[in-house]
Amino acid sequence: MMEAIVLDHITKTYGKEKIPAVNDVSLTVKSGELFGLIGPDGAGKTSIFRMLTTLLLPDKGSASVNGHDIVRDYRQIRNTVGYMPGKFSLYQDLSVEENLKFFATVFGTTVEKNYDLIREIYVQIEPFRKRRAGKLSGGMKQKLALCCALIHQPEVLFLDEPTTGVDPVSRKEFWEMLQRIKKKNITIMVSTPYMDEASQCDRIALIQHGNILSVETPSAVIRAYPQQLYAIRSEDIYKLMKSLRSNPLVDSCHSFGEYLHITLSEQGMRAEAALLAGLAAEGHGNVVLKEIIPGIEDCFIRLLKN
Amino acid sequence: METVIKTHELTKRYGDFIAANAISLEVYKGEIFGFLGANGAGKTTAMRMLCGLSTPSSGSAEIAGYDIYRQTEQVKKNIGYMSQKFSLYEDLTVMENIRFFGGIYGLGSKDIRLKGQALIKQLGLESEEKKLVGSLPLGWKQKLAFSVAILHSPKIVFLDEPTGGVDPLTRRQFWDLIYEAADRGITIFVTTHYMDEAEYCGRLSIMVDGNVKALDTPSALKEQYHATSMDDVFYELARGAKRSE
Repeated sequence: MMEAIVLDHITKTYGKEKIPAVNDVSLTVKSGELFGLIGPDGAGKTSIFRMLTTLLLPDKGSASVNGHDIVRDYRQIRNTVGYMPGKFSLYQDLSVEENLKFFATVFGTTVEKNYDLIREIYVQIEPFRKRRAGKLSGGMKQKLALCCALIHQPEVLFLDEPTTGVDPVSRKEFWEMLQRIKKKNITIMVSTPYMDEASQCDRIALIQHGNILSVETPSAVIRAYPQQLYAIRSEDIYKLMKSLRSNPLVDSCHSFGEYLHITLSEQGMRAEAALLAGLAAEGHGNVVLKEIIPGIEDCFIRLLKN
Repeated sequence: METVIKTHELTKRYGDFIAANAISLEVYKGEIFGFLGANGAGKTTAMRMLCGLSTPSSGSAEIAGYDIYRQTEQVKKNIGYMSQKFSLYEDLTVMENIRFFGGIYGLGSKDIRLKGQALIKQLGLESEEKKLVGSLPLGWKQKLAFSVAILHSPKIVFLDEPTGGVDPLTRRQFWDLIYEAADRGITIFVTTHYMDEAEYCGRLSIMVDGNVKALDTPSALKEQYHATSMDDVFYELARGAKRSE
């Protein structure tokens, strides 16, 4: 099968809200793909996960997971997908190994039978196998939840913001785990508010206010950036930012770490020279301007403003 | 330069476990100070002591000139606090939140009225004044939460992961507010997991396993660790960490 997940004009509105949480979303995830839903809080990521895992019914549209319809074939879907919700949802007063055994049993299998799939992750928490899940550290809870979502050897894995609030080192480790799981031919749909994680995915959907802004490979998203992007800094970055924002030569200006990322109203060397001359005249010292390749976050900001 | 936070070997033990170990640092007036560390490194423990919410096991600290053992009430009056998790009451209106927090921070009712109205005008929220905070867009909520945290003109504002999960545009607008407040002389003490935000700080510290492992300007830290970004510096320091949350 080529298509693991299909969403066809899916809309979901909660209660009396006027604006849909998910608005006419269509997208396709290929079998074996690592697919990212990239967007901030309130973008509709969790609603999409809950509909695909048959926990929530859409108002309009249809969707399928591995060819099973999310409304009609919900039983088949529940047997063949793994779901790690954003909120820690294991049994706090069962131990690590009891949780794992419980989830294996619910899906009619055993820990031993599928141990190979989780071994690399489980060995890291095995020293604490007798500890209650509620007493684990954040990083260990996350690893246990991933083991429990994998123990029945699902065909599709749904991970809702597995790295939110996690420090950069642990985030890197988590993505390394995902790359290894992907190699075992499991389709993965993962959401994250961290734009820098997008490059780890085969394809990404940028999502905001329930609307899909773009579905592409990360490199295609970057290639689609329509203007030359520059990084600029000076000895007083706050002063520089205020000046650039009121400069008619500057089309957009956003802070990015120690630099500001800007686009110019006109392209070319002459515009660059005019900008630098103007800044020198205003008394900005040590100005550095260089051409750069945009990141996913630059692209997202541009799409948000359109 | 006026020092507004000064700690000397500040330590917190829980039984045998040393959550924060002999932390010594100084933060100056109007500075944007980044307080970084891996999950479980001891940031929250340290921050709770600095806010006068938790008594240290040993060491000393002065916040806005007040001792954190004996003068916790004065400490609390001279600081503001905001986090992503807890900032405003969603089912109170904009004005009710302002009144509530103004009262908590010890402002009189006349002061709250004047400052509240000025704030609403400044944020352009005149037509939203009687709306529930829960119905505002996230960007507005954040601006309001930050403005409320500095309504009583504190010397220092503590921001605990103020931008977690926020879209990149709103995140940057929020940092504009931080810059403005620092420009007015309010000291900013901020934690974040976004390493690009670490670059916005004047100086920052990185905690590993309860200890402050590094403290300097972003550019000096990058030089010291031969790194091109703060992400690399953080990775270099924190990957050796023994404990997590």
